[in-house]
This record gives sequence, C-alpha cells and structure tokens, in this order.
Amino acid sequence: MRISCPHCGERDHREFEYLGSAKLLERPDGGDRAAFHDYVFQRKNPTGENAELWQHVMGCSAWLHVVRNITTHEITAVKLARDVKAAAR
Amino acid sequence: MHYSALQILKNGLTGNKGWKPVWRDPEPKKSYDIVIIGGGGHGLATAYYLAKTHGIQNIAVLEKGYLGGGNVGRNTTIVRANYLLDGNLEFYSHSLKLWENLEQELNYNAMLSQRGCLLLAHNDGQFDGLARRGNANLATGDDAVLMSADDVRAFTPYLNFDDARFPIRGGLLQRTGGTARHDAVAWGYARGADMRGVDLIQNCEVTGFRIEGGKIKGVETSRGYIGAGKVGMSVAGRTSQVAQMAGLRLPIESHVLQAFVTEGVKPVIDTVISFGMGHFYISQSDKGGLVFGGDIDGYNSYSQRGNLPMVEHVAEAGMALMPMIGKSRMLRSWGGIMDMSMDGSPIIDKTPIEGLFLNGGWCYGGFKAVPAAGAAFAHLMATGEKATWATKFNLNRFETGHVIDDEGTGARPNQH
Ligand SMILES: Cc1cc2nc3c(=O)[nH]c(=O)nc-3n(C[C@H](O)[C@H](O)[C@H](O)COP(=O)(O)OP(=O)(O)OC[C@H]3O[C@@H](n4cnc5c(N)ncnc54)[C@H](O)[C@@H]3O)c2cc1C
Ligand SMILES: [Zn+2]
Repeated sequence: MRISCPHCGERDHREFEYLGSAKLLERPDGGDRAAFHDYVFQRKNPTGENAELWQHVMGCSAWLHVVRNITTHEITAVKLARDVKAAAR
Repeated sequence: MHYSALQILKNGLTGNKGWKPVWRDPEPKKSYDIVIIGGGGHGLATAYYLAKTHGIQNIAVLEKGYLGGGNVGRNTTIVRANYLLDGNLEFYSHSLKLWENLEQELNYNAMLSQRGCLLLAHNDGQFDGLARRGNANLATGDDAVLMSADDVRAFTPYLNFDDARFPIRGGLLQRTGGTARHDAVAWGYARGADMRGVDLIQNCEVTGFRIEGGKIKGVETSRGYIGAGKVGMSVAGRTSQVAQMAGLRLPIESHVLQAFVTEGVKPVIDTVISFGMGHFYISQSDKGGLVFGGDIDGYNSYSQRGNLPMVEHVAEAGMALMPMIGKSRMLRSWGGIMDMSMDGSPIIDKTPIEGLFLNGGWCYGGFKAVPAAGAAFAHLMATGEKATWATKFNLNRFETGHVIDDEGTGARPNQH
C-alpha cells in the first residue's frame, strides 16, 4: 500500500502511522458525555470507503486525511487533515 | 455414534465403511426458539451448551459459508490463561479448565496439548511486567513460573542467547498453556450440538433482522425468513456489519491478522514461545510445521489477506529470536479478519434490542476463549443472567469507564 503525501509525494505506507477513523477530527464538547463516548469509542467500521487519519511520521510529520477502501486498500483521496478540518468549520 | 478405540479397530478391519456423516444437513424450519448467527467456534459452542446445559430443544446455527470456515480454522491454536486484569483473568482461567475436560465432554479428540507457553522479557521493565502478570495468574489459581535468563536457556536452548540484538532477560512460563487442534474443536462442538437436535444450517447468510416494537422477531437470510424467539450474534470479524443491520454501532474495528506455517520438520520446538521485542510467536504443529504469527497489520482491513510488510517484520523477528528457523521454507501464509474492540477485550452481553444478544470483539484471544465464551453466551441467552466467569464483558463498559485494557494502550484497536 502506498500513500501520496501532499507534501512529500507517494511513499510506502510504512512511513505512516495509522490512528483511526477521521471522525476523530470532530471532537465534541467534553461536557456532552454521550457525544464524547461516541467520539472516543464507537466506530462505523464500514467494509468500503472510510476516511481515516494517518501521520507521516517518517516524513514531514503532517497529519493526513486519507480515504481508503477497507476491503481493496485502494486509496482515492489524500488531503492535509488541517485543511479538511478548516473546510468543515 | 460414540467414538472409542474399539470403533477405530472395528472400522479399520472392515474397510472403514461404518463411519457415518457426523452431522445432518437440515432444511431451515420456519422458526426456532433460538437462532445463533455464525458457525465458528463460538457459535457452535454456544449452541452446544444451550442444548446440553440448558436443555433447549429448538435451536439453529446459521452459517453463511461452511462450518468452521472462519477464524476458528485460521488461528494459530494457542490456548493459555495468562492475562493481567480482572474480567479477563477469571474468564480465561475458567476457559482453560473447560479445555482440560473438553475431549471427555465432547467425546472428540481436540488434541489439547499442554506443552507450556513462554513469554519472553528483554529488559528489566518487561521482566517486572511479567512478574506482575505471573502474580495475577497465581492469585487467580493459574500456573505461572517466573524464569531467569539461565532458566530460559535451559528450557529453550535453541534461542539466540549469545549475540542477540535483544538479549533475553527472563521469561514467564505457564505450564498449563499450549495448543489444540482448531478444526477439531469446531467439529467436536458441531457434532455434539447436532446430536442434541440443533439444526446446523450452512450456506445461509443473515442479511437483515425483523424487529418489532424494539423486540427481535426473526432474521432475513439468503434462504428465506426465519422466525426466532431470541437471536445471538457470534460472527467474529463481521460483528460491526451484522450489528449494523439491527441499527447498532459498536466499539469495534475490523483488522486482519496473518499467520504462517513452514514445511514439516522433525520435532524441534516443544512449547509455545512469544518474543517480547517484536511481533512474533511460534509453536510446532503435530504434523511438524512451524506455526508462527505476529500482530495485526495495523490498519482496518476486511481483505482476509495481509500485506507484505508484516510478513517481513514477522520473519525478521523470528530470525532475531531463533536464527535456526531461517533454514526452513515457508509453506503457506494466510489472514483472518478479527474484531478489534476499543479496549482489546470482548463483549458478551444483551443489546438494546430485546431478544438480541451479542458475543463479539474477540481480538487475538478468541480461540482459547471458545469453551468459556460458548458456555457464557448460552447462559446469558437461556437465563438472562451473566455467567459468573463473564460478568465484566459488558457492552456499556466504555460509557461507564469499566474498560478492560490488558495492554494499557487506550482506545486504539491497532495497538492492543
Ligand atoms: C491468523 C489468526 C491467528 C489467531 N491465533 C489465535 C490463537 O493462537 N489463540 C487464540 O485464542 N485466538 C487466535 N485467533 C483469534 C480467533 O481465531 C478468533 O477470535 C475466533 O476464532 C473468533 O471466533 P469464531 O471461532 O466464532 O470465529 P469464526 O470461525 O470466524 O466464526 C464466525 C462465523 O460467522 C460467519 N458469519 C459472518 N457473517 C455472517 C452472516 N451475516 N450470516 C451468517 N454467518 C455469518 C462466518 O462465515 C464465520 O464462519 C487468531 C485469529 C487469526 C485470524
Ligand atoms: Zn509527508
């Protein structure tokens, strides 16, 4: 599997560290217990396309928002997580 | 038919013509008191204990493929009870006790081999960690022997002690741990369940639930609608998908775990060994193949085969620990999709839907769990109460803060 880092270009996935679902970008208010429980623990865990967070730890260190098919491992989009978060606001 | 040495002798002398198919291949009935989804180790054991212990007559196991074609036939067969935290401790302890009597219970040779299970430490921190773990196991009534580096050398002299990149500091041995024949466990439970009237229905995929007024009514399947008083989900790496059909979202991700086997060689490794500095553990099958594996690939996967970087890592770790295995040739490698829960521990519980029960999130430990999980899930479904050895595997523990995080890595399924 290879991931195209917007800064560094296409690299072997071993240069990246996987965190999990990109829903982790949408951190709810800590006072809302139910929302926070969902945020930390609950996952959709789809078989098809999933948005995920990877960090280019052996490259530029940027956090990336990667859309990947969980069954075929095909990667269809890679953006900077920062940009995705800013666009969601 | 009751299996015995006499039967083997008799059939051996008469051209083996007396053996019958071990289970029926029934058509699904219109409805059952209890339907179990998934004909793996857990589903079959659950059906067995529902019939045997709880005397329930009208049960079906629905399997989308063939019995035992899932992870129960893909795992590396390690059985042990050396976990660390309450919840896991008493559960795996009970499971090991059931394993020790399983062959008599099922009248089926599950080939349990208590050849010991050795965890290695490579620095003081790991060694202290093993001492703590061993004390937890002793306090639970299980076996644990803390070994110095010299003890380990005497026990497994073929490890790399002299010029190792990660010198061995010591180890923790559980003499009662070991391996079993994975397929035989599935087949033994299937046979026992079928003998007690359970319908084992293969090529029957559950595609939906019928739920009315918050109560389960039955399941939609590739072989038509089947009514059910109660339904139990026991579908290993597919838990999220199946539960989603009932509108549930779970603290689970699906990951692929790989395993490897070499060509058969003469007996060389007579125990189970886990490396402490990389992802590698190994045992030798009764056929002679060296069976080894590592960790999950590290990111969600439903592809049922792994990627090459983990193959490389596992091979490197193996070579670092016991260079002699470099002489054997790898025969096969494969992968299985596992539920990885948010704390690395399983869930055996009711769901918010009345009559719908969940047994999932088994991660790495699901094979050794088969007897105790089947018995606990059957107990829960039959009585509505938690079994005494599985009171803490609650679905809401993530909300209440009662997580059972044996590895201490937090809500990171790829780290457990
Ligand atoms: C490579 C590997 C090595 C492992 N090593 C060990 C080990 O050494 N020790 C250990 O304790 N554990 C180990 N495990 C974990 C263990 O194998 C699993 O946790 C355990 O087998 C899961 O339970 P099961 O046997 O019921 O699963 P499975 O055998 O996978 O059964 C689940 C069944 O559900 C069926 N199913 C799914 N969806 C549907 C549907 N919609 N309708 C009908 N049926 C459905 C599937 O076809 C499958 O047969 C390992 C796993 C892997 C992959
Ligand atoms: Zn980069």
